[in-house]
Amino acid sequence: MNADGLAARFENPTAEELFGLALLLGVAVLCLDLVRRVATGELAAARLLGLIWNGLVDSLYIALAAVGLSMTYSILRFANFAHGDLLTTGAFSGWTVAYLIGGIGAADLGSRLLLDADGGAQAGDLGMDVLASPLAIVLGLIAAAVVTIAVSLAIDRLVYKRLRDADGITLLIASVGIALALRYLIAFVYTQEARGIVAAAPMWEPAWLPIGAINLHEATLVGSGLTLIVGVHLMLQYTKLGTSMRAMSDNRDLAQVTGISTERVITATWAIGGGLAGVAGYLIVLDQSQITINLGWFLLLLVFSAVILGGIGSIYGALAGSLIIGTTINISLIWIPADLGNVAAFTLMILVLVLKPDGLFGGVATT
Amino acid sequence: MSANAGADDGETPNGGDSPEQPRWRSDLQTLVGLLVATYVGFGLLGLFTGVRPNSIAGFLQTVTFFAGVFALLTLAVNLHWGYTGLFNIGVAGFMGVGVYTMAVLTAAPTASPAGFGLPTFVGVIGGTIAAGLVGVVIALPALRVRADYFAIITLGFSEIVRLGVTSGALRQIELGGRVYGTGGGGGIGYQPVSSVVPWALELPGVSAVGDGLYAAAAFLGLSASIVDRVLYALVIIGFVLLFYLLLERIAHSPFGRVLKAIREDETAARSLGKNTRRAKLTVFALGAALMGLAGILWIGSRSLATPSSFVPVVTFYIFVALIIGGSGSNTGSVVGAFVFAAFLWEGPRFVRTILRRSLDLASPPTVVDAVGHLAALNPLPLFGYVVDSLDVLRWVAIGVLLVVLMVRRPEGLYGARTDIAAATDLSVRPTRGDDDE
Repeated sequence: MNADGLAARFENPTAEELFGLALLLGVAVLCLDLVRRVATGELAAARLLGLIWNGLVDSLYIALAAVGLSMTYSILRFANFAHGDLLTTGAFSGWTVAYLIGGIGAADLGSRLLLDADGGAQAGDLGMDVLASPLAIVLGLIAAAVVTIAVSLAIDRLVYKRLRDADGITLLIASVGIALALRYLIAFVYTQEARGIVAAAPMWEPAWLPIGAINLHEATLVGSGLTLIVGVHLMLQYTKLGTSMRAMSDNRDLAQVTGISTERVITATWAIGGGLAGVAGYLIVLDQSQITINLGWFLLLLVFSAVILGGIGSIYGALAGSLIIGTTINISLIWIPADLGNVAAFTLMILVLVLKPDGLFGGVATT
Repeated sequence: MSANAGADDGETPNGGDSPEQPRWRSDLQTLVGLLVATYVGFGLLGLFTGVRPNSIAGFLQTVTFFAGVFALLTLAVNLHWGYTGLFNIGVAGFMGVGVYTMAVLTAAPTASPAGFGLPTFVGVIGGTIAAGLVGVVIALPALRVRADYFAIITLGFSEIVRLGVTSGALRQIELGGRVYGTGGGGGIGYQPVSSVVPWALELPGVSAVGDGLYAAAAFLGLSASIVDRVLYALVIIGFVLLFYLLLERIAHSPFGRVLKAIREDETAARSLGKNTRRAKLTVFALGAALMGLAGILWIGSRSLATPSSFVPVVTFYIFVALIIGGSGSNTGSVVGAFVFAAFLWEGPRFVRTILRRSLDLASPPTVVDAVGHLAALNPLPLFGYVVDSLDVLRWVAIGVLLVVLMVRRPEGLYGARTDIAAATDLSVRPTRGDDDE
């Protein structure tokens, strides 16, 4: 753009550009205020670091769910409202396996099968932490992935396969139905009670560590989460499957013309998306200890915010979106009360969409 | 989209479009038939299994009440989605705005949290207007984005409302010596809108009618509170009629044709010189106001509004009802709301009460206990567990129904009808009796 054009643009800004400018100014003011607060000691540096760390952890588990959601969104072209309940499926199935293996001899089979629904298998008595029963926890993680993959493939066979040519809203409504059925089937077996099922996280505090102690459950979450995300990145960039998936998300018809088997790509998408969702659900419980049938449903809107913020269809957009949403939930607490963190994230999503209706990183069009 | 699935195939279910009999008449017959069959069916079921008449009347009143409020909301959603194709899943948020505004306007100044102590009708009107205004505010950003983003923005909005009123920050706001606010998770109390019924029955001139009604009810073994509740359900049915007429009026107006044009092809509508943006804004605000009013008539008839009444799943109840009936059809909206209320919402509870009364069922605490008895060839504990979990299983059934409808019949019961867009019905050709060729 030449200088005249640039000048003209600055002379006659559209309402959109003014709004964007205001939004940027707002963010800048908040950043300056943050610096001022830390400089004057109003905000202790340790608290800021704590908030940032929590933000990163939150981002990571939002990201694990968001990558899967973004993949199904871009390849199957619909907003999958059952994705949250895939997280819940993974959490319940994985921890059931962990309880079955880790609690042998410590509690009776029924209580372990139902994840302490009757109070007969307390997490502390079973030693449910990564140091006391590492094998059970790892096997649980694998089971969470396997069961969730099986469930998502079964759902695809039973429902979505019959709706391949349906439009996005029809699929969205069907996915709401699946979400309800899945969630309340879990409730039928495991009851609707929320309960803590993981023992207190062991802390690792070597003398040389500058920050005191590391929560090993959180470390497991961060380690496995990052590994999986890097794995997805490598898969997308360097394998034939990854290329096919990217091709299909760009243009389904063209992909088909070049000989890509769309059904196989769809199956792979469900397997990867479902597996990530199951692992995410399992790891969230490991970190937070609480399990409820609403685990995934309550997280779903945050995950959607992340995916939309990044621009649907762009996996890397989804990662960036997760980082923004996760940090917003936590950093915003410097200015607003603790129970409004999610409100800040949703508001930010709406404001960004006003400015960039296709999300920050563009993305594909769904019909 | 199911809203326009039947736009060209011209299928008419229930054979309701014969020229001799207007469609509304056969619709009315179907609806009345459905109502009578359901009421008689549930009534007889209750009588034969020994449920007290008062409980049966209470159950039927509850069904009517929920059918009414769901019909109000379903009609409002139909205006957004069925007519215009706006997939708004923030219904619970607009209900929340309406109810909370009403609550703050009408709650007593001495209560905690305090209100402004205005009369109920001011609260109802104020709440409706507030929901409509919030609709404009949300529509301004939301209408700029694509359909699926729009859906998630509206859902995000409804969560912002719910989390906002739950938040400790708005729980108590001190203003001029009084503590106002939303009451946080504990909610806000107010005079329920259904209290207009006993109030109206005590007006001079009406009181004789009221006394007569109470006496007649007492003769049938019904309590006075049932009479009040039945009358309030009738008030709601009156509102359903008003909503229905309003929507039918809109459907056959030029404005309604613009809305349907937007649903089918917005670019085409715009290229014909229609201001689609303004039409969408207007219809969004109007629908939001109707949702606020419906919320007030539903939640406002309790004496306490809590944030848990506005969880997102409430929105999906309404969508299930609309999809059963068929989006795009006002008759379908009402029928769907009734079917949902009678058979999916209240029916299972009634059946559970009857089963618990007539069978002496064990209630095993967990499914493992229940299945354990199967080994001893005793299926009753499992059956008892299923009956106890009917609330949960109802949701599974609703989910499965939604999926089956989407796969088999996305247009619902009535959605496949064609609406005549032109002022005169051009599809009916004049009879070729005296051909002049």
